[in-house]
Amino acid sequence: MGNLTTDTIWQILDLVKDPEIPVVSVVEMGLIRSVGLDGETVIITMTPTFAGCPALQVMQREITNRLHQGGVREVRVQITFSPPWSTDWITPLARQKLKDFGLAPPPRHAGRIDLALSTAVACPYCNSENTSLKNDFGPTLCRAIYVCNNCQQPFEYFKPL
Amino acid sequence: MNSSLRHALSQHLLALADDELILGHRDSQWCGMAPLLEEDIAFANLALDEIGHALVWYTLLADLAGEDHYIYPDRLVYFRQIADFRNVQLVELPNGDWAFSMLRQYLFDTYETVYLAAAVGSAHQPLAEAAAKIRLEEIYHYRHTSAWVRRLGLGSVESQRRLQAALDKIWPYTGQLFALSPGDEFLVSAGYLPPSTILSSTWKDQVVPFLLDCGLQVPVESGDEDTQTGRFHPPLSRERHTPHLKVLLRELQSVPRLEPQAVW
Repeated sequence: MGNLTTDTIWQILDLVKDPEIPVVSVVEMGLIRSVGLDGETVIITMTPTFAGCPALQVMQREITNRLHQGGVREVRVQITFSPPWSTDWITPLARQKLKDFGLAPPPRHAGRIDLALSTAVACPYCNSENTSLKNDFGPTLCRAIYVCNNCQQPFEYFKPL
Repeated sequence: MNSSLRHALSQHLLALADDELILGHRDSQWCGMAPLLEEDIAFANLALDEIGHALVWYTLLADLAGEDHYIYPDRLVYFRQIADFRNVQLVELPNGDWAFSMLRQYLFDTYETVYLAAAVGSAHQPLAEAAAKIRLEEIYHYRHTSAWVRRLGLGSVESQRRLQAALDKIWPYTGQLFALSPGDEFLVSAGYLPPSTILSSTWKDQVVPFLLDCGLQVPVESGDEDTQTGRFHPPLSRERHTPHLKVLLRELQSVPRLEPQAVW
């Protein structure tokens, strides 16, 4: 790892954005599970949001590139499904960034996705909870489409997972 | 893990992966064709999810075979012969009309949900972990497809007619989802899998009342011993395919077969 500390590695990882939501980093999204060392190789363990997320390989490449630029010679980015990624791991600051981006953040659900699915979704533009689900599927696997009945604005919602 | 258990597990993972791959491919064929823009987007998402899930299962298979995570799945998908595919016929049937595709997706999603709920308790840790991950994502499939089946079933005379026609056609194919594969007994006794009879009855307990609620008539049970009705469809082995799979694979495999080194 050269002279780099684990803290520095985390700081570098925080520069890697989610390519589908460029306002938040992979760290803020809670995708990085651990940073470790195997001999001279830095091991990054990450978890996908959705298993079929096409951004996953882009993020793996970007993590490797950024760490190489930061002076890490050997990098391995490995994927784990356990425990499965939860939207509860998105940091409070990232939730605010999602909202500013026009993407309503998911409620915290502590594993009760069924409850999260029956929670009113607030419009990220006018904060009204008078909103309607239009489609459980949107432009990416992690988003649903809503419309605000108050300000008439269609918006995207980050699905609780 | 002894060799018969390992072989049975690899066949099982292949069946899981091939089901998801072929259904995902069928879903992708709605892209640009669906009757509503929202559904065009939904089916494209379902395709991406199912193909992503296929990749999860192919990757477990690569681990089991000591093969590369990136190369092996592509090799299985693009260079296998039709006889080596282990998907059920249900997923290889052409899309038909939208009611047919939606109902098939609902029946498959429900099967998958029942399977995954059991598989999270598997004694094979990688299988249990993958099942736990995929199960969460399937919540959204089930929510979407069950809502649409209800809407079509209780909608207009035409939507109900089409949905009933779809059910009559699809139902006999559902038995194959629960057909035993060679070596399944090793998986059950090792605690890797629940017996398929339990999955089958759990699935039926969930699906049949729902379909009745949607105003549909559920056809004669597939795989039942009722040979008098002439509608007896014994669950076929997963080695048996319809001619549709050949057409599907010809398209799916066309580019790598022409140019094996092609990259996206």
